[in-house]
Amino acid sequence: MVQKIESQYKEILNQYMQRQSEQNLYVGQNFSRQLISENTSPEEVISMHKAAMQELYSDMPEEVWHSFDFLIEMMINYGLALQERQSLLKRQEELKVEMDLAAHVQETLLKTKLPALEGLDIGLLSVPARKMNGDYIYFISDQAGHAGVAVADVIGKGLPAALCMSMVKFGMDSLNDSTALPKQVLETINRIVEKSIDDSMFVSMFYGRYKASDATLTYGSAGHEPAILYRAKTREFFELPAKGLLLGVSPLATYEEHTISLEKNDLVVMMTDGVTECRTDEGFIERDVIFDLIESKKDEPAQVIVQHVYDELDRMQNAELRDDFTLVIYKKI
Amino acid sequence: MNIQVDLEEANNVLTGFIRGEIDAFTAPVLRDKLENYQHHEGLNAELDLSDVNYMDSTGLGVFVAFYKTVNAKGGHVKLKGLSARLKRLFDITGLGDIMDIEAAGKGGN
Repeated sequence: MVQKIESQYKEILNQYMQRQSEQNLYVGQNFSRQLISENTSPEEVISMHKAAMQELYSDMPEEVWHSFDFLIEMMINYGLALQERQSLLKRQEELKVEMDLAAHVQETLLKTKLPALEGLDIGLLSVPARKMNGDYIYFISDQAGHAGVAVADVIGKGLPAALCMSMVKFGMDSLNDSTALPKQVLETINRIVEKSIDDSMFVSMFYGRYKASDATLTYGSAGHEPAILYRAKTREFFELPAKGLLLGVSPLATYEEHTISLEKNDLVVMMTDGVTECRTDEGFIERDVIFDLIESKKDEPAQVIVQHVYDELDRMQNAELRDDFTLVIYKKI
Repeated sequence: MNIQVDLEEANNVLTGFIRGEIDAFTAPVLRDKLENYQHHEGLNAELDLSDVNYMDSTGLGVFVAFYKTVNAKGGHVKLKGLSARLKRLFDITGLGDIMDIEAAGKGGN
């Protein structure tokens, strides 16, 4: 095998030495690709060159052969660098496979089921900016007509954020109470998160509990982007502010909760800052723009509204999502 | 996407001026620079953010971590010159209630 390559090289070199044509160079280029694919190191190529030259032009002065020996020595480290690069490429490929697996596990782990409740239409869209999603939606509901929704955003992105997310999920799972009120939910999750994460990581979370029997929504917020209420009757938008510190900053944090009554066709819009912090080259996309997008589809099902808002914001940003994007709409019907 | 962080420390008083954008790409620069000082006992830090035109939650994370470490060592962190947008970020997250922050255009209170 080695001898075959050596004789091929000698032949190609010999052709070139005689004619020096473009065609000869082209053959050489193709041959070098073959050498690379066979992991031939640079110093081996020069050895081969020296051997071929010795056969073709045996009467060259000694100095020429010495110079090749020197060049071979010079190339050894280049050969090592090449090997290193190849093993890095291989490792990168392995990491990519692992990331794909992790993203898949996350998707399965954090899957949530949309509640089906009399009089409530729910739209949901969550799109990660990178492979792993730092936004999280959790629904819990029961036969008695309660539907809890948690919209959370881990500060930080990628893998660490995803791991943190599962903590919120297991906190919610162990609480397992669709009648629980926001104050209790947020305080419980705060204690869990505060114990387990490092100083620069924290979670913002909105929690809303809907009660179908009287069509009320009780909501609270742990440092999360305020939800928006759209009143169909007056066609007005209101922020739903609720004081409360981010989860994971202080074990002593306490949370407010407020209750609103929903009337027919009212909308409650819950989101993460990937929606409100959208930027274009000209600057931030103002909230009024988002309000207009929502209002233009207010008579459509909730899922159509969220998709429309996403499509339009995506278009305005030239399809460059900077942050995870999550939007949930509760529509009273 | 650029950030410029100028920090100066004398007699345990850290004065800082931060310019540019604090996001996922630039936040590590800020964090690394602040980390050089955060373990000083009783550090008094005052950071001016009046030339910060954008900050996202990653930047917030850097300040919270800095605040928690300095506080635990008996020190104090003050952030001043916050634009309306930055002020809103601190208020929404509830951090405005526990940290010493001052909006732009207001004198010392």
